Amino acid sequence: MNTSLFGIISEDIRFKEGLSACMNCGVCTAICPAAEFYDYDPRHICNVLLSRNDSSIEKLLEEETIWNCGQCLSCKTRCPRGNVPGLLIAVLRELAVRTGKFTSTTQGCQQYAVKKTVGDNIINTGYCVHLMHVKPHLHPEQGPVWEWYYHNAESVSERLGANYNKDGAGALRKIPDEDLDEIRRIFEVTGGKSFFETIEKFARDKAEKLNKNMSDTLEYDEFFYHVFVGANQK
Amino acid sequence: MTKTYWKTYQSAVADNHYYYERSCIRQSFFPGSENIFLKITRELLNKDIIDDKHLHTCTGIGYYSGVVPIETTMTVVARLFALMTEAGYKNFVPSCVTSFGLLNEMVDMWQHFPEKLNQTKKFLKDATGRTFEMPDNIAHPSDIIYKNREILKAKMKYQLVNCKTNEPLQVVDHVGCHYSKIFPKIVEGGAEFPQVLSGMIKSWGGRNVDYPERRHCCGFGFRQYLVMANRGYSVANTKKKFESMKPYKPDFILANCPGCAMFMDRWQYTIAEMEDITYDDDKRGIPVLTYEELVGLLLGYNPWDLGLQVHQVQVEPLLEKIGIPFDSSDKYRGKNNEVIGSPNKPLNLRVK
Repeated sequence: MNTSLFGIISEDIRFKEGLSACMNCGVCTAICPAAEFYDYDPRHICNVLLSRNDSSIEKLLEEETIWNCGQCLSCKTRCPRGNVPGLLIAVLRELAVRTGKFTSTTQGCQQYAVKKTVGDNIINTGYCVHLMHVKPHLHPEQGPVWEWYYHNAESVSERLGANYNKDGAGALRKIPDEDLDEIRRIFEVTGGKSFFETIEKFARDKAEKLNKNMSDTLEYDEFFYHVFVGANQK
Repeated sequence: MTKTYWKTYQSAVADNHYYYERSCIRQSFFPGSENIFLKITRELLNKDIIDDKHLHTCTGIGYYSGVVPIETTMTVVARLFALMTEAGYKNFVPSCVTSFGLLNEMVDMWQHFPEKLNQTKKFLKDATGRTFEMPDNIAHPSDIIYKNREILKAKMKYQLVNCKTNEPLQVVDHVGCHYSKIFPKIVEGGAEFPQVLSGMIKSWGGRNVDYPERRHCCGFGFRQYLVMANRGYSVANTKKKFESMKPYKPDFILANCPGCAMFMDRWQYTIAEMEDITYDDDKRGIPVLTYEELVGLLLGYNPWDLGLQVHQVQVEPLLEKIGIPFDSSDKYRGKNNEVIGSPNKPLNLRVK
């Protein structure tokens, strides 16, 4: 097994799918929503990987840039050579977590917040996102109608045909325990659970360095709010 | 005009016997949309479609946010296909555009890397004891509505026409990136000229707005929206679209992705509250509809049974333009017809 960074990357099927020789036309960067918002250049990602240089790849893993992509995959449509920088980003993000380098950057540390929300939602409820997860205080942009809906969730959603947190089929139903057990076993067998534990482990080290508390209860998790809201905001 | 080279891009949509996968986002934000789609498919199109209580997330939001490894996502998708197989179905219909893209992506990778398919089969067997077969067909529900648009048109009470001026309504279509951009060749019209929504609009009497940023992403960005600190990315991309469409004075926006529909609704509120900017002439915003809500409205269903009251940008001006009657006193009632109060009013965005 190849243990160099490029060796690990080159064995990932998303790398094999996502990168042939890049001719540096820059179409991916021109079309990229992230490149308009951040100082982000998907063409640069291709160039670094094509260099096969582990030092350059290691530097990339420690930079904010790999966290800028929005995974819209507009790049897949456009590249005349069929390259997909979005797929390469997925490979690099996974490697940044496995090596712990994700905690080198502000946006990388946010993987802890995503794991604590979406990741735990999957394991605990069978949903990536459920109405009850979109708490108004974490989502002020959702506005007052959402707040009204959230606080009257059962009555409003059931008027609209849902089966709110109940057994049986239907929108917003309670997913049966036997199905949740199978999802959890899938996470154990396929490495999803250990991936979550890796995020937690390196995040805990980072939190200790920053002197931020962590907690199983989100409301008391100081490090969660530190990365979720932004280091310089309350 | 639709360029001819995109005409070779066609979607194959099975005619009947669908296995429906609910969407995390759509059932949370637009449960009425999933409800009316199932009702219309069964009762008006006379199709067989199953809603299975054992279904669960595809993990797409976690996968594209970088917290779920690909092997895990592949095996969760395999379990979804196993449930379909066990139920005796072969046509998979994911409500979510993220799921639609993800399922096609996983199937495509399994075709290119058979060893990965074998690994997934083993993982699924070890974890659950289940086996699965690949679907014969993966179609988005909007594909089914599009394919049956003329049948539905014949049953509609209303058209996309201003009832006072008799002019076609100006409609912005927004097709989700993961519907048309990952595998353009399986989408009718491809990524540049996707017909799915524009075809509905044209068929039902409206006029499509062709504006510069028509194909730009809504800005969801997965972890870009999920983490509060990054939401500037999301709102900035949607703002770019709003500014581009504003000169064309759209009457409403139509989306086939539940996330896009939600963001384009909520960011109008956010931009109005933060900057006192709206993209219509009346400070009410541009209504955003899901395609299921639009079909339901034109067929004559009660707007408040479709869920239009859970939109932040209010839809009454649009209903009045089309000539759809509505009862304001019915808007904020719950499942037992009880009055449950009404939402607070925004500071800048007009709601009445």
